[in-house]
Amino acid sequence: MTSAPDSPVITRGRLITFAVAFALLAALGIDYGVHAAHRENRLTHQGPGAAPAAQDLDLTGATGEILFRDTEPGPGFGFLATVRRSDPTGPRTVGQTSCERVYAAAGTVVCLSTEYGAIPSHHVRILDAKLKQQREIDLGAGAPNRARISADGRMASWTVFTSGDSYASNTFSTRTSILDVRTGTLTPTLEDFSVSKDGTSYLPVDRNFWGVTFSSDDNTFYATMSPISTGKTYLVRGDLAKRALTVLRENVECPSLSPDGTRIAFKKRVGTDTTHPWRLSVLDLATGRETQLAETHSVDDQAAWLDDSTVAYALPAAQRSTSDLWSVPADGNGAPALLLHGGFSPAALTTGTR
Amino acid sequence: MYLSSSRSTPLGVTASATRRVAANVVMLGVVSLLTDISSEMVSSVLPLYYTSVLGLTMLQTGFLDGLFNGASVFLRLVGAHLADRFRARKPVAVAGYALSAVCKLGLPAVGASLAGLSTVLAVDRSGKGLRTAPRDALISLSSTPETQGRAFGVHRMMDTAGAFCGPLAAFALLSVVATAYDAVFMASFCVAVLGVLVLLLFVRERPRASHHRGAGNCAKAEEHRSAPSAPAQPIGPLDSATGARAYLRNAAFRRTCLCVLLLETATISDAFVYLTLQRQDDLAARWFPLLALGTAAPYLLLSLPLGSLADRFGPWRLYLGGHVCFALVLALLAGSVSGPLGLVLVLGLHGTFYAATDAPLMAHTARLLPDHARTSGFAVMQSLQALGMFASSLLFGVAYRLQGSRWTLEVFGVALLLCLGAAALLIRPRTAKESP
Repeated sequence: MTSAPDSPVITRGRLITFAVAFALLAALGIDYGVHAAHRENRLTHQGPGAAPAAQDLDLTGATGEILFRDTEPGPGFGFLATVRRSDPTGPRTVGQTSCERVYAAAGTVVCLSTEYGAIPSHHVRILDAKLKQQREIDLGAGAPNRARISADGRMASWTVFTSGDSYASNTFSTRTSILDVRTGTLTPTLEDFSVSKDGTSYLPVDRNFWGVTFSSDDNTFYATMSPISTGKTYLVRGDLAKRALTVLRENVECPSLSPDGTRIAFKKRVGTDTTHPWRLSVLDLATGRETQLAETHSVDDQAAWLDDSTVAYALPAAQRSTSDLWSVPADGNGAPALLLHGGFSPAALTTGTR
Repeated sequence: MYLSSSRSTPLGVTASATRRVAANVVMLGVVSLLTDISSEMVSSVLPLYYTSVLGLTMLQTGFLDGLFNGASVFLRLVGAHLADRFRARKPVAVAGYALSAVCKLGLPAVGASLAGLSTVLAVDRSGKGLRTAPRDALISLSSTPETQGRAFGVHRMMDTAGAFCGPLAAFALLSVVATAYDAVFMASFCVAVLGVLVLLLFVRERPRASHHRGAGNCAKAEEHRSAPSAPAQPIGPLDSATGARAYLRNAAFRRTCLCVLLLETATISDAFVYLTLQRQDDLAARWFPLLALGTAAPYLLLSLPLGSLADRFGPWRLYLGGHVCFALVLALLAGSVSGPLGLVLVLGLHGTFYAATDAPLMAHTARLLPDHARTSGFAVMQSLQALGMFASSLLFGVAYRLQGSRWTLEVFGVALLLCLGAAALLIRPRTAKESP
């Protein structure tokens, strides 16, 4: 019944082998980490980019300027900056406020920020025209995704990514909130709004919302809804007071309402090709006609209208860590044009109609 | 080899010695700890990596999921069969762990290509499928019948500790290297390789316990086989396919499989537990990604004590008791529990459910399987678990869409209680004989 006793498994030779391998792997991991950290630092902070000014930006009464997140490698990387709309490649003014995503209108700024740590935390900050903080809301572990302000500066909305862990692999969810800046009323999520699709209630368990855009009445808004497991996206129109949503159309993501309120710029899924999933398009709300814009690169952004005939958006730059801002006519004609190198999350500043 | 007996005492002589956990099990625990640190490091930063670096929306990643899961199950069963057939549990486990380790380097290599990413994640999951059953067989075969629960408890405790540390390690690293995600992947790779090395160097294929298991012990294990068709404990190599699959005709094993399938179908996936919590509670919504850690904490703390209890009072009792905890989770969720206390309660019960079901189920199943079919039996069991989870998610999604959250939770709760009743009737533990 007994076999020969096994030789001990923990021998000096094996321990030495393990110790050597441990040392080599530790050296590899640490060396690679240090190297990668230097590389990232070089890509982001060591470059010709403008340095932050001594004072933060002042957007009071600003019009004809574009506010954006500066991603030009240099000391100003990650900070908010402005350029003249008429001379976007000209000198930029870099401030002292750091945001992952930003949008502004009529003197109200929404800034999504991230503080890295053992557990990264995220905040949404509502700032005034002098970038003084009016309100801060803890986003917990939700990573910034989209942000929008209504044209009159009253309503703010943001979308964050939340996601499960490996046990719940591939569950992916977003959370979209709306804040009435004037009254302070916060709508933490759209997930408990009623949803009507083809006249009947439609409440799939995995419904997610992202990319809100406001109309001028500060109650009606548009957004994307997706039951993740179906792989479909819908354009929904929301009524904030009634806490109700209506499904309007399929395959519309990240809507952005034009200043005159007649059209929606959005990203349309045009294929399963993963390198080219989206085409920037414009939907005429009255006629339902869709127009593909001249930009042929896949755009993963919530476009920002510069005026009633032009939209701006970010595209990844050749260098991985940065992005460039582009603009394209909203009627499908013309050609995309580079607005500026090293920028992200554009917003055309207006004084609003308040 | 037992920790207490590796130097001086002969094997399994004293009662206290047999209560210890074999060194092989501890080493497998170390392997899992390292591997889980490695894999959780990656999975916790993947969402950020996708969105901030690759500019991908992750919506598409779910597309090929079902297909890959099917492939993973096939690989799991084939791997387990080979492991049993050639007594090659360790080599198959090594292959599984090594496959996953290599995938950590694959992530930065494939860049933003979604097809590439899907492939890497699928291969990673296949590695996990391949290694789980042979690893559990090694744990089981390294332990006496009286200490199965404890052995699995120790292993799952170490495994969960790794899952707990992984995300924290990843974010600590990210805070130092900024957006250099490849540094996280490289660190994850190094930790994974370390795990493979521990497996290669310090885990033995032929644990002494299986060879030295005395006739008395075997007889005890044998008593639980109610089916007359159960094979007599075979020690030598078994070549005929019919003999190797005899465990499938074992009525007790079949009944266990049926119960597991039913209970898995009646429990809802972690994702839905967390989604429901998120809808009901703002705190849970903001810290959604960390809810899994809230489950892992009690799982970590209770794995060992509940595993030991399984040895004393019968693993099936623990397994059923764990599902009672899950029924309470469903009740709390249906009752729209919220607030920090409610959150702690739900996650505490959820973690207890895992601690009371995972290791005890393995301990229970181990008793029904002869040594030479243990890997295959575990693989069948784990495949059925996956199938049950899949069915559960489908049913939950459909029911929720048609009837809303509360109705769905209540129906699942009632179904779970019914399945529990059936499971209690189908398998009656004979505790008097179970305790040595």
